[in-house]
Amino acid sequence: MSKPYEIIIGLEVHVQLLTESKLFCGCSTKFGAAPNTQTCAVCTGTPGALPVMNREAYRLAVKAALGLNCQIATFTKWDRKSYYYPDLPKGYQISQYDQPLSYDGYLDILDPENEEQTRRIGIIRAHLEEDAGKSMHDEVAGKADSRIDLNRTGTPLLEIVSQPDMRSPAEAKNYLTELKLLLNYLNVSDCNMQEGSLRVDANINLHIDTPGGKVATPIVEVKNMNSFRAVERALAYEAERQWEVWQETRQKLGDVPKQTRGWDEGAQITRGQRSKEESSDYRYFPDPDLVPVTMTEEAIEEIRRSLGELPARLRERLVEEYGITAYDSDVLVNQGRSLVDYFVTVADRCGDGKTAANWIQQSVLRTLNEGQIGIDRFPVSAEALADLIKAVLAGKMETSRGREVLARMTETGETAAEAMKGLGIAAVDESELEALCAELLAANPKVVEDVKQGKLKAAASLIGQAKKKNPNVNATRVREICLQLIEQM
Amino acid sequence: MAISRAEVEKVSLLGRLLLSEAELETMTAQMGQILGYVELLNEVDTEQVEPMAHAVEVSDVFRSDEVRSGLARDQALANAPQRDDECYRVPAVLGDS
Ligand SMILES: [Zn+2]
Repeated sequence: MSKPYEIIIGLEVHVQLLTESKLFCGCSTKFGAAPNTQTCAVCTGTPGALPVMNREAYRLAVKAALGLNCQIATFTKWDRKSYYYPDLPKGYQISQYDQPLSYDGYLDILDPENEEQTRRIGIIRAHLEEDAGKSMHDEVAGKADSRIDLNRTGTPLLEIVSQPDMRSPAEAKNYLTELKLLLNYLNVSDCNMQEGSLRVDANINLHIDTPGGKVATPIVEVKNMNSFRAVERALAYEAERQWEVWQETRQKLGDVPKQTRGWDEGAQITRGQRSKEESSDYRYFPDPDLVPVTMTEEAIEEIRRSLGELPARLRERLVEEYGITAYDSDVLVNQGRSLVDYFVTVADRCGDGKTAANWIQQSVLRTLNEGQIGIDRFPVSAEALADLIKAVLAGKMETSRGREVLARMTETGETAAEAMKGLGIAAVDESELEALCAELLAANPKVVEDVKQGKLKAAASLIGQAKKKNPNVNATRVREICLQLIEQM
Repeated sequence: MAISRAEVEKVSLLGRLLLSEAELETMTAQMGQILGYVELLNEVDTEQVEPMAHAVEVSDVFRSDEVRSGLARDQALANAPQRDDECYRVPAVLGDS
């Protein structure tokens, strides 16, 4: 490292849980509804309305926590976090303070310094809380008002707080990528950043080497980052900024109150925001409207059994069972569960994992990326692709011809056999091939002469001519037969 | 004194209560009395008692994840001091860039 400091990063991630209804009431959580059409007495904070916990939200929270290798509390409760903001109608948010539903977990991420290795990032806690509403500044008619939409108020969120274990912006990005993948596999959240179902706040400071020992700079919380790339850039900017501020002011951790800064995507800088309230300013206290939740070991085990196979284990298994490379396995697993299922079906049916992985990466993923679609909308079924690969492996056509067949299958939705027929591909039988080769040799005495003198390359021109006469011939076979016939001459 | 005047000022600020000088005096005295009264509980021996998280001994109350219709928009916005066709209107939110 060129700079005499270490970057210390911890992330707080909020993900929206995949429930139909809100955390404490029956209002829909569907994204994109017209403003204030998904509210009720509970989520608008009407006096006297009582919240009741959504069982599925709680189950999903525990499931995510188990996926993050957390301990699950056998007793947990909810607290009120008090602050005033127009999008928080009750004047407090229902959250968890001193007895979160889970704690002490970890997530293994790819080490950006060495892709062969992983780094273990600690998870301090994951707890369940409700979302606030949305405030929009009204720019129409130059009015200085804010408009408030409470549709999102009360939506279940899981807050996942990492240890300050990340040492570079690239590690923070890898953590987020792996976390999102895990939560997708668990089917706990869709983690769609554009729709606000995954939000990231970062805490960052520097540990600077000085003649008097290591010194920590004041911790800054960075907000408003709208993509994983933005997180990476904001943290890189912020580390550099803190280094410059340190050189100027020599301010240490504790010298100034914790600062909140927002990432400005347009300007690519962070800007100071209101200073962060102290935890005591939130006046947390147990919410008397909600009763505690207890968990038995059996209940925890039941949820654990529902986890399914998680990305880390799946990557290993694909390598072990299908003989593909770690790199290929990583590419497939990172595409999500449904693509892995597709691969497994293709590989099992065609009997060749490596070839299946090649076809999927080189043809299928390209089509998916070009069309910005998921595998569920890819028109060629896993079975149909496997049949095509089998035909190629059996020598019925060359790989390049096979790709043409797949392109046609993708376009028309035909089976491998139909598409091959449509393209006029039929296996050329051996006697037909031999006749064709003999005909070519008779017509090209110069080539025969060259080959006899050891210029085997000369045979290449025969292959071109053979293909012109019959596009279905197998080039390798044509070459073999021609050389054989010349030898016998 | 169980609570200082500075603490009362801070709490009133956090609670968005604008108290006059005289009210601050009164509140400091009265809250001190309330807290002093509650402090009586310190005399009880709680060595063997588990802390309670809730006043009633009930736990694990859930509802199933089902969507139920809530308020029509006009009903929801009916009591708002200021509104438009779709939203509550509030004075501009400050503090965020
Ligand atoms: Zn509601």
